[in-house]
Amino acid sequence: MNTKKISKLLVNNILYICLLLMIAAIAVASPSFLSLRVLSDVLIQSAPKILLAMGMLVVIIAGGMDMTVGRLAGLGAVLSGTFAQQATYYLKFWPSIPELPIIVPILVSFVVGLVVGCVTGIIISKLSVPAFLAGLGMQQILYGGNLLLLRKEPNSSQPLAGFKPEFTAFGTGSVFGISYLIIVAVVVMAVVFILLNMTTLGKNIYATGGNREAAKVAGINVFKIDMFVYMFSGALASLAGCMLAARTGSANASFAEGYEMDAIASCIIGGASFAGGIGNVPGAFLGVIIFSVINYGLTFVGLSSYWQYIVKGLIIVVAVALDMRKYSAKN
Amino acid sequence: MSDLKYVLEAADITKTFPGVKALDKVSLRVRPGTVHALMGENGAGKSTLMKCIYGIYSPDEGSIRVNGDEVQIHNPRMAMDLGISMIHQELHPVRPQTAAENIFLGRIPYKKAAGIRWVDKDRLVNESQKVFDRLGLDIDPKQKVGELSTSYCQLIEIARAVSFGAKIIIMDEPTSSLTETETEILFRIIKQLKEENVAIIYISHKIDEILQISDEITIMRDGQLVGTWPAKDMTTDTIVSRMVGREMNDRFPPRTHKPSNEELFRAEGLCSPNPHSFQNVSFSVRKGEIFGIGGLVGSQRSELMEAIFGLRSIEAGKIFINGKEVHIRRPLDAVRNKMALLTEDRRKTGNIGPASIADNTLVVEQNVNPGRYRKKGLPFIDYAKRNQDAQKYVDKLSVKTPSLKTQIQTLSGGNQQKVLLGRWLLSEPDILILDEPTRGIDVGAKYEIYELMEEMAREGKCVVMISSEMPELMGMSDRIMVMCEGHNSGILEGNEIQEERIMLLASTYKAEETGEQK
Repeated sequence: MNTKKISKLLVNNILYICLLLMIAAIAVASPSFLSLRVLSDVLIQSAPKILLAMGMLVVIIAGGMDMTVGRLAGLGAVLSGTFAQQATYYLKFWPSIPELPIIVPILVSFVVGLVVGCVTGIIISKLSVPAFLAGLGMQQILYGGNLLLLRKEPNSSQPLAGFKPEFTAFGTGSVFGISYLIIVAVVVMAVVFILLNMTTLGKNIYATGGNREAAKVAGINVFKIDMFVYMFSGALASLAGCMLAARTGSANASFAEGYEMDAIASCIIGGASFAGGIGNVPGAFLGVIIFSVINYGLTFVGLSSYWQYIVKGLIIVVAVALDMRKYSAKN
Repeated sequence: MSDLKYVLEAADITKTFPGVKALDKVSLRVRPGTVHALMGENGAGKSTLMKCIYGIYSPDEGSIRVNGDEVQIHNPRMAMDLGISMIHQELHPVRPQTAAENIFLGRIPYKKAAGIRWVDKDRLVNESQKVFDRLGLDIDPKQKVGELSTSYCQLIEIARAVSFGAKIIIMDEPTSSLTETETEILFRIIKQLKEENVAIIYISHKIDEILQISDEITIMRDGQLVGTWPAKDMTTDTIVSRMVGREMNDRFPPRTHKPSNEELFRAEGLCSPNPHSFQNVSFSVRKGEIFGIGGLVGSQRSELMEAIFGLRSIEAGKIFINGKEVHIRRPLDAVRNKMALLTEDRRKTGNIGPASIADNTLVVEQNVNPGRYRKKGLPFIDYAKRNQDAQKYVDKLSVKTPSLKTQIQTLSGGNQQKVLLGRWLLSEPDILILDEPTRGIDVGAKYEIYELMEEMAREGKCVVMISSEMPELMGMSDRIMVMCEGHNSGILEGNEIQEERIMLLASTYKAEETGEQK
């Protein structure tokens, strides 16, 4: 009886246990890992991925999947980069556009994210294209568009650089010792948490993902829900790209490639269900952090970065397999 | 005629499912070269019996003899090898493949060369063509099945059964998706098969058809055999009276409501854009009335009510509430007009499985009236108010649950149904539409749902109930509209409500008799 309880406790909190074990293992190999600076680095690295995961979480809860977010973040990075170049930079992208305040590149990428999300939503909800395939198509379109954009003279397909200091400050600066990026990520998490748990819209998102047909009967406009979640995810993805560009001080078309997979994996190991209707913010956050710890930690202890992929893959498979046991035990 | 008396003999077949005795010592004997009709109400056990013979279910007791030899049939493959073929009511054609490939599904003719089985396309097409020719069907073997209409899928399915060289063909409601001309084709094929000494077991609710083509009729009721008679000795009346004839039990609460004379809901000439669905249906419901809708599977009752609720489109017709015409294009319009629809299939269109009981209870009201559950002046949900309301309906309907946070999918069917009912009661509807409200739930929960219907009617609301359970329909309704093949075939009231009359209306629709208006 008691062993049953313990094993149940272990299964239910497997994520925390994984994370703690990993941190412990890395700390043993290299004790300096346990420092405020490392913590801050891990969080800063995670910040854009948290945005992607939060957008993805909302989509997955509504019963969908947004495969566009990686390429969309890439587009957001390039687009915001082109508007954030210094006036004196010799490869200035839009030579004829006057000096713009630093909010403009951020707003531009946000709006483009909304528009792309809107298109994705219509393709999935109105044209009934399966979410996976709609995303696959949109990915290609976004990547192609991004390459074409980068080809514009005088840039001619080089990675973007020469950003204004105000823009890179958004990526590297801090207030009271806390990075702006971390602040953005925390705000986004708070917004998503409030959206999902404290608004009727959130309740309708859960209901739509939990049983689409039943939600329709209950009078919920599931098309509106679809549009909201894809636009929300699109805007966050594009904004994440903007953050990436600001942090690294550069941008190119292959930025954030494959990040949609990381976002999906973070949500799923954080307890979200692909069937829809289940998922929560702390779980998805933890999913992102686990991947970042693997990323950062393995490099920290000097292990080949190739091992990251193997460890990541194992964690996804094991976490989901355990999760399935949790459900099968119930039914 | 063959020298064998019976090609199929099933004797004393008993089959029990958890809690239900679906078949109780049922026997069926089929002569070669005849059409043997199998009749009974929904749930009489016809399909279960056929599934036992076809090897989908294994009977608990009883024996099956084919051509005089006792056999054990464990799966459909064995049934086919014994010369038994079944055409299911719900078809599963492989749409992207050709007619010929569908005919030879799972046994495509091949040529062997270099150790590999190559598809023999010529033989595939020629042999399919031969089958079609033999049955007089004008189908191109190379045409993709997806491009053909549903009725052709039915005919291809029949051709497939014939191509097996089946000696016994079971047809479960074969005409439900066929037009009249296609039905003629089917009957011609059946006659031809009879001449080829094939026995056909024909399940149908349509009495006219049965009398037209069958040689013998077996009638079942409540999982038991009523008897087998030569078709020529039977009439519509004798069939109906033998199909029913059940005693009414005291399973309903006392009737305490009294319908007023004031009309609350009226539908005029509703037509579906789908010609096989409901057509030209008119009816009205008064305040404080329980209005039953009867009919057989496929009579389009659910489709009609779903269309009224805005889940399906309506091509023509009008809906009035309190004498005022309303336009309902989506369920939200219906909810705003104080309508509620408890759907037929809980799992598919009712439960939001992973969500809690509280969320399931609130899902309608918080969407249509979000202000009710918000904190004053803030856009945030007030959980205290939500839980209070959810608890109120959990108590009112005595839902047995550990807590409000419990996922609805972990509850029993009866408790799930009560939560869903609570969801709609919370929105305080004037018109409550219940589609098979007591399906798959225990007797106790049924009684509580009946009591609730009484209460709603007492309060002057309309209760519209679709039910396939005859006692429930008769025991609860003030008036009963019977539907047949998408039409209103008659409305019964007071002492007209008799099981025989309902069955008769459900299986025969004649426009001139019911004097369809408009």
